[in-house]
Amino acid sequence: MSTATALKTLINIKDLDLYYGTYHALKKVSMTIPEKAVTAFIGPSGCGKSTLLRTLNRMNDMIIGTRIEGKVEIGGTNIYSNEVDVETLRKKVGMVFQQPNPFPKSIYDNIAYGPRLHGIRSKAKLDEIVEQSLKQAVLWEEVKDYLKRSAFSLSGGQQQRLCIARALAVNPDILLMDEATSALDPISTLKIEELVQELKHRYTIVMVTHNMHQAARVSDQTVFFLNGEVVEFDQTETLFSNPSDKRTEDYITGRFG
Amino acid sequence: MTMFQDANRKQISNRRKTDLVLHLLFIVATSIGIVALMALLISIMMDGLSRLNWDLFTNYPSRLASKAGMKSAVVGSIYMVLIMAPISFILGVGAAIYLEEYAKKNAITRFIQLNISTLAGVPSIVYGILGLTIFVRGMALERSLLSGSLTMTLLVLPIIIVSAQEAIRAVPRARRDASFALGATKWQTVARSVLPSSISGILTGVILALSRAIGETAPLVMIGALTFVAFLPESIMDQFTVMPIQIFNWVSRPQVAFHELAAAGIIVLLAMLILMNISAIILRNKYQKNV
Amino acid sequence: MQVNVSKPETKMSFTNKQMNVADKVVPILLFLCAAVSILTTIGIVYTLFSETISFFKSVPIFDFIFGGKWSPLIEPKSFGIWPLLSGTFLITLIAILVAVPIGLASAIYLSEYAPERVRKIVKPVLEVLAGVPTIVYGYFALTFVTPLLKSIFPDMSVFNALSAGLVVGIMIIPMVSSLSEDAMSAVPKSLRHGAYALGATRFEVALKIVVPAAFSGIVSSAVLAFSRAIGETMIVSVAAGSTPNLTLNPLESIQTMTAYIVQVSLGDTPHGSVEYGTIFAVGLTLFIITFLLNILALYVARRFREEY
Repeated sequence: MSTATALKTLINIKDLDLYYGTYHALKKVSMTIPEKAVTAFIGPSGCGKSTLLRTLNRMNDMIIGTRIEGKVEIGGTNIYSNEVDVETLRKKVGMVFQQPNPFPKSIYDNIAYGPRLHGIRSKAKLDEIVEQSLKQAVLWEEVKDYLKRSAFSLSGGQQQRLCIARALAVNPDILLMDEATSALDPISTLKIEELVQELKHRYTIVMVTHNMHQAARVSDQTVFFLNGEVVEFDQTETLFSNPSDKRTEDYITGRFG
Repeated sequence: MTMFQDANRKQISNRRKTDLVLHLLFIVATSIGIVALMALLISIMMDGLSRLNWDLFTNYPSRLASKAGMKSAVVGSIYMVLIMAPISFILGVGAAIYLEEYAKKNAITRFIQLNISTLAGVPSIVYGILGLTIFVRGMALERSLLSGSLTMTLLVLPIIIVSAQEAIRAVPRARRDASFALGATKWQTVARSVLPSSISGILTGVILALSRAIGETAPLVMIGALTFVAFLPESIMDQFTVMPIQIFNWVSRPQVAFHELAAAGIIVLLAMLILMNISAIILRNKYQKNV
Repeated sequence: MQVNVSKPETKMSFTNKQMNVADKVVPILLFLCAAVSILTTIGIVYTLFSETISFFKSVPIFDFIFGGKWSPLIEPKSFGIWPLLSGTFLITLIAILVAVPIGLASAIYLSEYAPERVRKIVKPVLEVLAGVPTIVYGYFALTFVTPLLKSIFPDMSVFNALSAGLVVGIMIIPMVSSLSEDAMSAVPKSLRHGAYALGATRFEVALKIVVPAAFSGIVSSAVLAFSRAIGETMIVSVAAGSTPNLTLNPLESIQTMTAYIVQVSLGDTPHGSVEYGTIFAVGLTLFIITFLLNILALYVARRFREEY
């Protein structure tokens, strides 16, 4: 695994507090996330890892009663400042969800959905984007002859790779993955893990996972959350082999969670 | 005495009998509705089938029952629906999108929602009074096809709004999230993801609402759709009649020959409603597959 | 604990100079669509009230509310609404006597007794009754039900309250049955199982457990059906007659509020005359009664909703 220290920082979170109404979901979270590497968020359910992920593309904005204090800087810009355009942010920070959620459209139209949103109309250009994105998501060979078929005709694992391709089609810099393999079988999971290894050469990847072993297999850095706080944040190897906090050790050795 | 035969065996068997009697009673009661429907359909068929021929569609109304047809009424009904369809679709679906996707959950929204459900219960003849005052007189649209169509649009709007809201609400949240996460704005998400996912459900509601409008008589009597129209409307400002009005006119005559015409007219009207309902069912099945 | 001390070098910004017109304009347009429903209500209330007020300038409101004779079109004119009210309530009473027992029994049958296969056929068939245009029911009342009744009551008039009332009742059966059935289906299975476990028979479960638990929904459906019967126009226009008659004899010809409004608008009553004004006074009366009933139905359904 590559050493994270050599990489440049892309995301910088400082003293972030997040409330859903009166519920304090994230408490004084600070961390930096390096460019072109995989960072994994782990921790038991309800620990705030998905919430933090969703602050990075401001998907939490849509939940009524969400309040945020502190700073989230991406590429030196505080994404919660007024001049930030949320749609532009989300174009550059793509997301893949827990359940594959293709649109009830053809495979082609699923991929082309994003580029079309952002004004690409030319058929040739769209064709190229669809092919490129599907190739990057290692789905091209399987579907190239069936682009007009409904996305629902694909298997669950294929659907999830389609969703990854769809996210890549708008050319993001960052890819957020919210437990993207938890609904998949082991073989599909493995394919997506391999894919993540490929993609990290071009994209900064932040993933939430329920599965510690996945974090250990795939990520360069790991962050361990408990009750809305960051307990430990380190290179993956270090965190798993030599945790500095007792609670981290308890979690990774399976004593709770 | 065995374990399952206790002292009040008699009481239990009485209760069983009561259950049986009530069961029969419930079946009989349920059959009454079905029998009434059958009686209605059969009596209309028996009265009207003999008069169901091409003349009915090619002749204009006449003083002579033997020559009378409902050409102007059939055409008037179709024109009315064609004018209503786009207006009621835009207003109804627009309102539904507003309420489901844009409106803040506050007192004003609750008021609009309550208002829509009370409007659905206003007697149709009251809409006729409204149309007469606002469209026929207020806007000076006279007793025109347009006045009639606008009045009927207001009548069916609550039905369309409520069914469109249900269709929009049935679109999974994940599908909206997927769109937002790709950088879509609210309107882009609504137009490119939510509406395509809910369109067949919405159309089902619109068709059912339009079929309600096709069968309505009272509001159009109020705004003065004529009962004796021997021409086809050529513009939306022309006078007109519709099938239910023509049927009403024939029913109101004392002669049996006109009653037979009315029955034949009813068969045509019901056939048109069945056609619309079948298309709504087909759309609904398609819609259930998609969601 | 921080691993990366190096300064971020990749600069990103997320500004968007281009104004998104659609997202500014669309919500306003959509709000206007929703506002049409508010305007409709305002239009109805304004129209009815303003014209009624000017009507009461020529006819004393006291005569309207307490008068026992209604003959606005024939000399000597009188404007007492009671004959129209009694006609309307006679029709409604007959309709409710038909629809509530039959509708409720159908609902109990469908929700507690009927096998799934029967239910799947019977329920939509009953709902067809609600989709039949009212003019068709009017024809049915006049040409089928009235002759049938005349063979039982030979001295009944051709236009009469009984025939129209019965058919209005048939029309609103599905309203009572489907809303009541919805309320009964919402009663949790556990409540039923509890009663069966104590040795209750099916009718005991239906009448002593399910009906009481769904009572507010049932009452609400009956109130809505009541309101619907009051507003029904074509059946009564065709079959009940046009003689405002202060009577409770269902074999006589009567006139309802709705049928009166139709009668006036079919004639050539000049706009602006006192006779024309009666449409609005009667229309307002009709609107107020049905509005109050609809609100009552909503209130009953909400206020007494069982928390299972």
